[in-house]
Amino acid sequence: MNAVDLASSYDLIVIGGGPAGLAAASLAARAGVSTVLFDENPGVGGQIYRGITSTPVTNRLILGEDYWAGEALANEAEASGAVVVNGATVWSLDPERVVGVSIAGKARLIEARRVIIATGSQERPFPIPGWTLPGVMTAGAAQTVLKAQGLLPDGRTVMAGTGPLMWLLAAQILRAGGKIEAILDTTPRRNFLRASPHLPDFVLSPYFAKGLALLREVKAKVPVRRVSSVAAVGDGKLREVVSDRGRMPADLLLLHQGVVPNVNLALAAGTAHAWNERQLCFQPVLDDHFESSVPGIAVAGDGAGIAGGTAAAERGRIAAIAAVRALKPAAAVPDPQSVRQRLRREEMGRAFLDWLHRPADSFRQPEGDTLACRCEEVTARQVRETADMGCEGPNQMKAFLRCGMGPCQGRLCGLTITELIAAQRKTTPAEVGYYRLRPPVKPITLAELASLPISEAERKAVER
Amino acid sequence: MFKRLAEAGAAVALTVDGKPVRAVSGDTVAAALLAAGIDHCRTTPVTGAPRAPYCLMGICFDCLVTIDGVGSRQACLVPVSEGMKVETQQGKREAGR
Ligand SMILES: Cc1cc2nc3c(=O)[nH]c(=O)nc-3n(C[C@H](O)[C@@H](O)[C@H](O)COP(=O)(O)OP(=O)(O)OC[C@H]3O[C@@H](n4cnc5c(N)ncnc54)[C@H](O)[C@@H]3O)c2cc1C
Ligand code: FES
Repeated sequence: MNAVDLASSYDLIVIGGGPAGLAAASLAARAGVSTVLFDENPGVGGQIYRGITSTPVTNRLILGEDYWAGEALANEAEASGAVVVNGATVWSLDPERVVGVSIAGKARLIEARRVIIATGSQERPFPIPGWTLPGVMTAGAAQTVLKAQGLLPDGRTVMAGTGPLMWLLAAQILRAGGKIEAILDTTPRRNFLRASPHLPDFVLSPYFAKGLALLREVKAKVPVRRVSSVAAVGDGKLREVVSDRGRMPADLLLLHQGVVPNVNLALAAGTAHAWNERQLCFQPVLDDHFESSVPGIAVAGDGAGIAGGTAAAERGRIAAIAAVRALKPAAAVPDPQSVRQRLRREEMGRAFLDWLHRPADSFRQPEGDTLACRCEEVTARQVRETADMGCEGPNQMKAFLRCGMGPCQGRLCGLTITELIAAQRKTTPAEVGYYRLRPPVKPITLAELASLPISEAERKAVER
Repeated sequence: MFKRLAEAGAAVALTVDGKPVRAVSGDTVAAALLAAGIDHCRTTPVTGAPRAPYCLMGICFDCLVTIDGVGSRQACLVPVSEGMKVETQQGKREAGR
């Protein structure tokens, strides 16, 4: 589908084709609501099911059954009648639900009566010394090329961090025949105390047995060390990984400390957000139906707060049922109660995982010359000193230091800057707040802007 | 840094800074660079430090390259195609070139 073939308006626009977006679009389209789904990746599936319709990794044991569960969702979306457009980057969304989208270098503005933002999560920034060196990437990045292109880490590979996804990727690499020199586990030991009240729920949740099996599988093959510091060292590229437990030569360092909602689009659309102290991130303020503070705009999936891929699909369904009810009250929809029940089951055990894998302050609030902002190369020291001088918030910090002004628009520094300011000024991230974001949330070229077809009304306004 | 598990797709010929690179259909440009062992794809505008793809999901913008004459494209989001000309970017961003 090309930009020019799109209608000028749809009942429902879903942004993001992971489990939340796929489930939402399928449900709405089946209920007879005209639905279009935009995703910037070449294929559907989102992060968890990346490459689900095209992966070259055909041995199903490697990625595991939780990955292949995505096939059903992709097939459902395909059969639903929803228009699914890949390679479609959404760069703006305004409170009147006009969506700016670019497809193959051509931009369009499309209107919707309802919008579901399902842009998912991103990995939490992991600002350690040397994290910008070639040879250092996120665990999710290595997992993405494993799923989508069948690329396996080669050479001396070290993983560092905390959280279930790190262990999942380690297992996938090993099953594919790869080798991992060591895993540096940054989980603070005292986290267990805070997590333990939630242990009973966790034991009953679907994560428990899976998690234990993964740990066992990985620990049988890879040395695991608890560390409280990690640095990447090298000149122009990674040479070694240094921790408080020693140094080791490495060609590839994979970092991971959990995922956080991808807030840029929802913030730019003007939706209210709040700080989540357990998950240490901002998330949109939503009602029971995942509707945001801006009427007609819902946020579903991990973008609504981290709960995992299966929960993401159920959240997408709940948001879609609300959309269908508003747009076509007579249409048949699945029973929302049974969807909510499944969602509750999926959300069980989350509190334990969140508290257990809550990254240490030192891995979120860097010091000295460690870069806080990768794009504009702003160091932690600069940010801390500027906060000490009286700078109270991220937007002022941006004006002083340019942090958050680069192409990533704060995605890789926003949480770090907020937390650093809060730490220096002895206040809370909730008080400090986040960058103010405005469209475009993705860079758009002048050529793309120029390709925007101008409506009759707009033309009349300028023609004399 | 990376090797291919299986060669499922058809071969796709690209050039990177004028040199031929063999990719596979289904690769993104960033995946093709990684598989070819190209260790960085740009240098930063501020200090000239080398950068390579970091997130491979469209959020870090460290994979910016020039593709068929268009500057600052996210290599991790663009699928390869036959005859594509990829250039690494030095220093200053070449947006909208
Ligand atoms: C790198 C990474 C790997 C992960 N791997 C796993 C895993 O293997 N197993 C697991 O259980 N969980 C994994 N997760 C956790 C993940 O959050 C899942 O819970 C799940 O993918 C969330 O589903 P979702 O539908 O909310 O969003 P996602 O699956 O993240 O899908 C969001 C989609 O929105 C698209 N998008 C974002 N912004 C735009 C835009 N502006 N325009 C157009 N499209 C846009 C993205 O391309 C993406 O396809 C991973 C997370 C990350 C960040
Ligand atoms: S590698 Fe991060 S945007 Fe492409």
